[in-house]
Amino acid sequence: MMTTPGTGHDRAQIVAAKRQRQASRIAEAASAGIKVLLVKVLVLGIVDAISVYALFVLFAKQDWLVFGLVLVVTVAVNWIYFRVKGLPAKYLTPGLIFLLIFQIFVVGYSGYIAFTNYGTGHNSTKDDAVSSLILSAQERVPDSPTYALTVLEQAGVYSFLVTDPDGDISVGNADTPLKTVTDAETDGSGQAVGLPGYTTLNFADIVSNQEAIAAVAVPLSDDPNDGSLRTPDGSAAYLYLSDLVYDEAAGTMTNTGTGVVYTEDPSQGSFVAADGSELQPGWKVEVGLANFAKAFGTDSIRGPLISVTLWTFAFAFLSVATTFALGLFLAIVFNDLRMRGRNVYRVVMILPYAFPAFLSALVWAGMLNPQFGFINQVLFGGAEIPWLTNEWLAKFSIIFVNLWLGFPYMFLVCTGALQSIPGELQEAATVDGAKPWQVFRLIKLPLLLVSVSPLLIASFAFNFNNFNLIYMLTNGGPRDVTAGVNVGATDILISMVYKVAFVGANRDYGLASAFSILIFVLVALVSIISFRQTKALEELN
Amino acid sequence: MMVKKNGLLAAGAIAVAASLALAGCSAGSDSSGATSDADSSTLTVWVDADRAAVLKDAAAAFTKESGVKVKLVQKDFAKIQEEFIAQVPTGKGPDITIAAHDWLGNFVSNGVVQPVELGDTAADYQQVAVTAMSYEGKTYGVPYSIENIALLRNTALAPTAPATFDDMVAAGTAAGTEFPYLVQIGPEADPYHLYPFQTSFGAPVFGTNADGSYNPDDLTVGNAGGEAFATWLAAEGAAGRMSVNLTGDIAKEKFYAGASPFLLTGPWNVPDAQAAGIDVSVDAVPSAGGQPAQPFVGVQGFMVSAKTKNAIAANEFLVNYIGSEDVQTALYEVGGRPPALTAAFEAASSDPITAGFGAVGATAVPMPNIPQMGKVWQFWGVTEAAIISNQGDPVQLWQKMTADIAAAIQ
Repeated sequence: MMTTPGTGHDRAQIVAAKRQRQASRIAEAASAGIKVLLVKVLVLGIVDAISVYALFVLFAKQDWLVFGLVLVVTVAVNWIYFRVKGLPAKYLTPGLIFLLIFQIFVVGYSGYIAFTNYGTGHNSTKDDAVSSLILSAQERVPDSPTYALTVLEQAGVYSFLVTDPDGDISVGNADTPLKTVTDAETDGSGQAVGLPGYTTLNFADIVSNQEAIAAVAVPLSDDPNDGSLRTPDGSAAYLYLSDLVYDEAAGTMTNTGTGVVYTEDPSQGSFVAADGSELQPGWKVEVGLANFAKAFGTDSIRGPLISVTLWTFAFAFLSVATTFALGLFLAIVFNDLRMRGRNVYRVVMILPYAFPAFLSALVWAGMLNPQFGFINQVLFGGAEIPWLTNEWLAKFSIIFVNLWLGFPYMFLVCTGALQSIPGELQEAATVDGAKPWQVFRLIKLPLLLVSVSPLLIASFAFNFNNFNLIYMLTNGGPRDVTAGVNVGATDILISMVYKVAFVGANRDYGLASAFSILIFVLVALVSIISFRQTKALEELN
Repeated sequence: MMVKKNGLLAAGAIAVAASLALAGCSAGSDSSGATSDADSSTLTVWVDADRAAVLKDAAAAFTKESGVKVKLVQKDFAKIQEEFIAQVPTGKGPDITIAAHDWLGNFVSNGVVQPVELGDTAADYQQVAVTAMSYEGKTYGVPYSIENIALLRNTALAPTAPATFDDMVAAGTAAGTEFPYLVQIGPEADPYHLYPFQTSFGAPVFGTNADGSYNPDDLTVGNAGGEAFATWLAAEGAAGRMSVNLTGDIAKEKFYAGASPFLLTGPWNVPDAQAAGIDVSVDAVPSAGGQPAQPFVGVQGFMVSAKTKNAIAANEFLVNYIGSEDVQTALYEVGGRPPALTAAFEAASSDPITAGFGAVGATAVPMPNIPQMGKVWQFWGVTEAAIISNQGDPVQLWQKMTADIAAAIQ
């Protein structure tokens, strides 16, 4: 580097060099801009192509709601990325779209389900229910013979050429009842395989037209009560009678055997007879607030609801309190510089957190077995303490196991928070003559709570719905068998909902969704109130 | 370049279609566009992992014979019931699924399956399997296996099969082991494993119709036999021979360790017992109440979706391929469950373990496949647990349970 002041010639050179550098920078930026633009056009082109394709498909399906949504989103995306301004939107849009699809929509859909009767027996549309009822109503006439079948086709109409066990050959189609024929071609075994003027279909032809052929019903005679021939597999025909007749105009199903008329009831989503009996399956309909009425109005649910709600709050609160107390205590102990081998202890402390909670709960359930479990056998010398089968001990066990599972998290969180509190504060307090307990209570704890309290609230919300632990450890038990309700002493709201909505073969998604809305309201209320309270703490800083 | 672009487009289209389907808006079963591969001559079959390998050969033979392609989709067996019920209405479900017979009531009341016509082949299956696969007088599935519990005996500790329950207790006591016999119970009891004892008192859960199907209006569990069974349970609990602390895992471990000559269990625990060096024999469950001790039979098979567009191909594949002796035998060889087809079962009976379980299964009763059964379990188990733990008068508890079940299935 020259230290002498440069001449004018030198200065001109320097300026020129600078300009050159500037120009090259601009050129570079411009070319980068072109690259970026190219990538943008390409990616948007792909997105638009996919959207247009999806729009075609949806248009063909006449699914107008989704069609409109896809259209709006596509237009919005193009507008956002072709604007020069609005940089934040360009970063946020992809995430927002996924948030809409995978979070907002799912939550909204669950909310919508709460107002329907979606569940066992009401899981599809009315058309599906009708066709399923008609399918199941086909009853093979008892002791009727198996007919060997050849499917024939003439001018697009399918006919059945059948040979009965006696060797008699007849032919018929959906419009003309079966009549005996004599001029059929037969194979060696005497089964008819063809008829002059008709095309015989082989299995491949049958498979490619199977929907039409499976729907063919050839009347046995002019009397519909004799039943009709149908084929399940294209090679044999059987005589069926349907015991349900559907009248679309009147919206009724009539059982031909008993004469009972089932009328369509749009409010229940099923066919209902005069005596209140229903045909299964029904279909899904909106039922308004009926699920909420059921949640509060059914005795078997309303009875335990109060005690379960209280226990849920107690469980969540005690879980947070105990894990936080133990975690904080250990964090303070291991934060002391005079402690040797702190890191070894810390690693050991984290271990319960490293095991999957499912596994831990199952292992604990085994260890707490009154007769064969490790706890009673080894620690209590063979005493049969009913850890999981006595109501109060089961509650204690749940909280104890949750403490074991949860304290390492609090230990980690508190260790971090403690290390962020400046050491001078403690020194200053000690100089002013504060006792260690006072230092902790008046200085450390409030400062700690500023950073930890949101986590405590989150932990509360998590434990409020801690289904895994309850399900794995006690399955909600022990149950009072004299109560006659499927709710046990350690059931929390979420596990009770699981039992109410999914027990046995009856799924009631509508009721379960209604309950989840109620649980959401409870958790949201608690969280809002708690966050309000923690605002006060933040004024410390 | 063009190819690549098309590939991208197709991939994108599939992604969009998938996300739309995820968003639950795949209205109708129109197979245009998004799922253009849903060609009418492809059968989609849901199977669990163990069965998939066997069905591959059957599917290949079927395709060769008929030209219909078979697509096997592997599913977790435990999730099939839920997924089948959820997916069939959308039109995206399979044509055929593997299923357990006790799901049938649920499938029928949701309208997701259609009857299968076994025709004259119905007589080729064991009667109990066809009965299990029938609901309201119609057959909905082609069975392939039968599964039930029986009495596993450690021949080193008990050389002869016990004739009655008392004989078993006497033999178990004479053996001098920790437990005279082992039945897994657990904190909420285990009605499935206790059921043969219950039936030996003449107290099945539901009465049966003439055709062997269950009648939900005839709740027989609370009859005099049921009360006798409850009293007997309380006595066994008081004697310490039955305990709610004895979970399935503990009962198994104890038996493998030689702590009892008898274990009431299914074929699924036999390999482990043999690996533990125990010479096991499979015997009938001894009667405690004087009548035959009939355990529940679980039948597995294949069912056809109500919304299949391939009804004829599906029926042909099930009745003539899954129902063939070769396939049934091959399925037995992977799963070890006795085959449902009589001819295949007779061939499999050369193995004494299979023959033993099969002999018990032939006289057993199918687990009820009526939806009402779902309401029974929740009261049944905890009541048995309370009786075994002697938490009250057994007859009163049993009658309370009967009343609760009756109220729940209204």
